[in-house]
Amino acid sequence: MIGNPQLSPEGTLRHLLTIEGLPASVLFHILDTASTFEHVAQQEIKKVPHLQGKSVFNLFFEASTRTRTTFEIAAKRLSADVINLNVSASSQSKGETLLDTVDNLSAMQADMFVVRHAESGAAHLIANHVAPGIHVINAGDGCHAHPTQALLDMYTIRHFKRRFENLKVAIVGDVLHSRVARSQIHALTTLRVPEIRVIGPKTLMPRDVERLGVRVFHDMAQGLKDVDVVIMLRLQNERMNGALLPSRDEYFKYYGLTPGKLARAKPDAIVMHPGPMNRGVEIDSEVADGAQSVILKQVTFGIAVRMAVMSILASN
Amino acid sequence: MKIQISNGRVINPATGTDEVQDVFIAAGKIVGLGQGPSNFGPNRVIDARGKIVIPGLVDLAARLREPGFEYLAKLESEMFAATVGGVTSLSCPPDTDPPLDEPGLVEMLKHRAKGRNQTNVYPLGALTQQLQGVRLTEMGELHDAGCVAFSQANAPLVDTQVLARALDYASSFGFTVWLQPQDPHLGKGGVAHEGEVASRLGLPTIPACSESIAISTILHLVRHTGARVHLCRLSSADGVALVRNAKTEGLSITCDVSINHLHLSEHDIGFFNSHCHLIPPLRSLRDRDALRAGLADGTVDALVSDHSPVDDDVKQLPFETSEAGATGLELLLPLALKWAQQDNVPLPLALSRVTADPARILGVSAGQIGVGSNADLCLFNPEREWVVTPQNLKSQGKNTPFLNLPLSGKVSHTIVGGFLIYEDARA
Repeated sequence: MIGNPQLSPEGTLRHLLTIEGLPASVLFHILDTASTFEHVAQQEIKKVPHLQGKSVFNLFFEASTRTRTTFEIAAKRLSADVINLNVSASSQSKGETLLDTVDNLSAMQADMFVVRHAESGAAHLIANHVAPGIHVINAGDGCHAHPTQALLDMYTIRHFKRRFENLKVAIVGDVLHSRVARSQIHALTTLRVPEIRVIGPKTLMPRDVERLGVRVFHDMAQGLKDVDVVIMLRLQNERMNGALLPSRDEYFKYYGLTPGKLARAKPDAIVMHPGPMNRGVEIDSEVADGAQSVILKQVTFGIAVRMAVMSILASN
Repeated sequence: MKIQISNGRVINPATGTDEVQDVFIAAGKIVGLGQGPSNFGPNRVIDARGKIVIPGLVDLAARLREPGFEYLAKLESEMFAATVGGVTSLSCPPDTDPPLDEPGLVEMLKHRAKGRNQTNVYPLGALTQQLQGVRLTEMGELHDAGCVAFSQANAPLVDTQVLARALDYASSFGFTVWLQPQDPHLGKGGVAHEGEVASRLGLPTIPACSESIAISTILHLVRHTGARVHLCRLSSADGVALVRNAKTEGLSITCDVSINHLHLSEHDIGFFNSHCHLIPPLRSLRDRDALRAGLADGTVDALVSDHSPVDDDVKQLPFETSEAGATGLELLLPLALKWAQQDNVPLPLALSRVTADPARILGVSAGQIGVGSNADLCLFNPEREWVVTPQNLKSQGKNTPFLNLPLSGKVSHTIVGGFLIYEDARA
């Protein structure tokens, strides 16, 4: 059986591939480190030297703007050399295999790979393959995991709610296809959030998702009752008209976040979204731009969290 | 060539006999058990002390990859792997390139595989042309060319009218149809069992009911047509239950399970181990236990290697796009022994599932040790431990979920048609 290569036998982080299996101490270490980086953005010179002389390869096999950009900014603020590769447009279309691409870039003395790929397990495959000393960060693999997104979400929750042990958190929407939701669920259970709910129609729920430690709701009004945090998930266009869902209108009616539905949550509940948002599909603009929305704060925190992950990996 | 195998523990699973006695072989047949013919002057005496002597293994599912997939494996390498595994008869599915849907292709394969010093190869003919599930093949001609039964391999047969007609047509000639039960729609795009592990890993799924729905459809058509059907590679508890009921009802149904599904579950995928990418997918522990119980009580007739050599180029990919399949010819015997040991299954019964029972399904005279039967034999050392490593495997495919696992039981001699074709002095 192939194990999880992200932790060394001593328990230090070699790669960040998934939240699953990481102890709370590692998660808190990342969050605490991130908070020490928050001030960098306010400095006149927005740089610290932690990754000086290191080469970070942003290896994106799938289109991304926000995640790639925040990784790039994070690496640059750590003084790394950043190389951006949009691989879907180059070698993969010429038939080169994933691991051949990685070998070629490793030969260019890469120190760190930030990988996004459309298939679950791609980051694990790369991490099991690269030479010791090269670190891999999973920036999203298929429907499996998006650990840095989950970490920045935890950072955001801690920023606004201070602690995790007394929270009710609801994750709403297409859990089945969401790597973000899976990583969030692992992070929330590890940080001992007592009640995690997932809300959506059965067609968008993975089978046996309860085993991950969540309660399933199909009725959004019930699911949102008294929660402290509402996390909305993006609904991809291709899911909207077919056998998963009949139409975007019906989806919005039953699972879109409106001010009326949000009123079921606690008055001080925060609203989060990993982006990019589909206004009028999963979230009403009034909520997205409203006082309870912390969506843009998530993006800002994302840089500090990714700086933390990179600096911790480079120091291990 | 006259051979005397002396002092071995001879197990004939067909009769359940299990005793230390000598086996005498002449002119390709077993000519004596315990007592040899008078004036028997052997060319070779094999000292089988400490060894078990059984009929050569009969494997219902071994892909030899020829024609068309020679980059994955070659006939020579896989036939050699069979002899190393003690397999003296095997049937190969028709999913070659081109598929085995023309008599000429079958004759060519038979010709390439023939030779008295080789494992017997029994090809399965394609049930439909190009395995496309639309037009029937010339089953009569294919049978005359050497096909023992007809199959769609893993290719879907979506149109139930075509399936019904294929069963009707095949049964007119008394041919058995081999079908791998999987609903073509429910598991579309799937690579893993719909359950806890796939939900965690975010892999597209194949629900267990895709198998039971397909079996139900097939059973209805068996009642309707009176055809004889062999179900390939059962993977679910519900599937085993359906077959058990069908057998009680008296339908002409047999089925098999692979060594992978007998020993592994979805949990062995761990973090995307593509060696565990198999068709059908590895399912829950409950499913695995039902398959083991079914094999022990005879609901599941045979244990097969489902040998599918795949190379690193197509395995070292993300789980979803990696090629499904695992090598298995050399693991069939030790994994049958492991099952027998773990579940306290009597050795003759366990060995029957890889000898006499699959021979009965194939309809060939193999899998027996008796005076007058073909001298296809396997001798093995039950105590001998070995580790599954790429170096130890003779198949060109080194891909198996059992890599690095220590196993007990190593073949020391393989005899086909009275010829000693493999010998390992260290076993």
